[in-house]
Amino acid sequence: MSQETSITKKLVCKRPAFRLLPMGLCAGCHYGIIFRLLDEVLEEMDLKGTAIFIGGGGCSALGAMALDIDAFGGPHGPGTAIASALKRVSPDAFVFAMQGDGEQGAIGLGNFVAAAVRGENITVITMNNACYGMTGGQLAPTTLLGMVTPTTPTGRDQETTGFPMLGPELVAPLRGVAYAARGTVHTPDNRQKSKKMLKTAFQKQLQRLGFGVVEFLSACPTNWKLSSADCLKFIEEKMLSEFPLGEFKNIEKKRE
Amino acid sequence: MTERILSTGNDAVARAAICAGCKNYFAYPITPQSEIAHYMARELPKIGGCFLQSEGEYAAAYMLLGAALSGKRVMTSTSSPGIALMQEPLSMIVTAEIPTVVVDTQRLGPGTGTGGQQGQTDYSFVTRGVYGGIHYPVLAPYSVSEIFEFVQLAFHIADKYRILTMVLTDFVLGRMTEYLKLKTFDFGPLPEKEWALKGKALKGGRSGILFTVTGLMLDITGFFRQQEEKANRIIDSETRYETYKVEDADLLIVSYGYTARASKGAVNMARAQGIKAGLFRPITLWPFPKEPLKREALKAGKVLVVEDSPGGLVEDVELSVQGKAPVHFLGIQARHTARPEGLIFPERILQEVRELL
Repeated sequence: MSQETSITKKLVCKRPAFRLLPMGLCAGCHYGIIFRLLDEVLEEMDLKGTAIFIGGGGCSALGAMALDIDAFGGPHGPGTAIASALKRVSPDAFVFAMQGDGEQGAIGLGNFVAAAVRGENITVITMNNACYGMTGGQLAPTTLLGMVTPTTPTGRDQETTGFPMLGPELVAPLRGVAYAARGTVHTPDNRQKSKKMLKTAFQKQLQRLGFGVVEFLSACPTNWKLSSADCLKFIEEKMLSEFPLGEFKNIEKKRE
Repeated sequence: MTERILSTGNDAVARAAICAGCKNYFAYPITPQSEIAHYMARELPKIGGCFLQSEGEYAAAYMLLGAALSGKRVMTSTSSPGIALMQEPLSMIVTAEIPTVVVDTQRLGPGTGTGGQQGQTDYSFVTRGVYGGIHYPVLAPYSVSEIFEFVQLAFHIADKYRILTMVLTDFVLGRMTEYLKLKTFDFGPLPEKEWALKGKALKGGRSGILFTVTGLMLDITGFFRQQEEKANRIIDSETRYETYKVEDADLLIVSYGYTARASKGAVNMARAQGIKAGLFRPITLWPFPKEPLKREALKAGKVLVVEDSPGGLVEDVELSVQGKAPVHFLGIQARHTARPEGLIFPERILQEVRELL
């Protein structure tokens, strides 16, 4: 079989220019996919020159170390307070904070809601893996009912620890919030939808419309004690019913 | 011509910050220093600055950090319980070496205390550095004009060494009204802030990263060695103190803040009676003027520490004197009344001096 094939050489996308490789994420973790999406969106929107990444304390901080943009990180929880002030004194910079679900829903909940109440012109990216990834998979505000973790050894019980928290839905009704959405990256089509959400959220900051938050569901194979493939099934079968995908708020112009 | 105005100590903090080019202020209201926030809320918008009332002191200090990442001068102010809430962010600031200024207008007591009245009970808490074993400079003014000067100096020290610098005042100093000369102090040249986060387009395309995780540096002993070298430079160049009538003194009073003011009065009253008392006033509480204090203490032979607290400064004095001279203590029990409005007056200090000589 000697069929002539003409190959068109076309650059589909460049390898991300990461500062930190390898990144130290576990095999099967979705954070790498989310960092990649973030890098692509910053590149496509031409934001890398003005972007400042506020990382947290936890696995999400690895993103702040990886991307080749100005970054600060380390403290666990107060990312939205840090980002709020930095954006206020540098209105021409593009400021976003990346947080774990524990930072947003537990230790940094007050800062998250307060920044949303003030309508800070920043973007918050939350990674929801239903547990505390870096410290060993303990109960997070987003842990599913019945889920076994080191601090819920018999499974999360609503009687003692309540119900999984919905961050974007919590702040969506606040008038300072311009955009609130949840996506997932466990399938190719969802990755594209998530990328679009990220772009829309960033657009709101550029238009100075107020606070934006996008949450991404993310696998944590190490702490879920599941294979990479079973993690995808877990997200599909267990997480999607608890954490609805979609946009909960998307305003076109600033509210008075 | 420099303008001479009447100002409270708290207003002097705000005026000084603006004179030093600080247009960014983040804080949460707390007595007895909320007037600083009132001033900033009124004045900063007029000069294109940023005033933001935070959701608490923890957030205020993280906002201080966040805004300072830009390389701009920033300040927060609070009072004792607020300083407690700021401990984590202050340690992060020191670790990432971000220049910032914090003003602590002390209120009395542990817990809620008196709800915001006079006292000097934060000494040990603010002079021992942050958790993690790193110190930061603490300046202790004793008049409104010194508050005005030291807040400006704090910005200079912060920028010079890339460090958090604290100005420690108290209720009496914050609420008292005195003359001050409105002027911008020039403390000398400062390094460029090449580390500032502005987006890499403004820095020739080179991205920068500031992290608070010492473990990421992979060279832990190197990190602490560098911190120690920095601390030594601060100790060598920034240790400040003032002496008053110590040349022939038979007794050395050691005091800071409002009680140093009362002590100076006591020295004058003693001298009028032929009693040779002198005053040693540490201006930097860290770095503490250990050697000069030891020298003066040995010369006088007797030391009396005066502070409106159960004892904080007295520990640093004992460490400095190293048992080479007796150190006496006049603390919160010397107040003129047991009620919250109690103060240590010069007359009471003089009485102690007479008993010791």
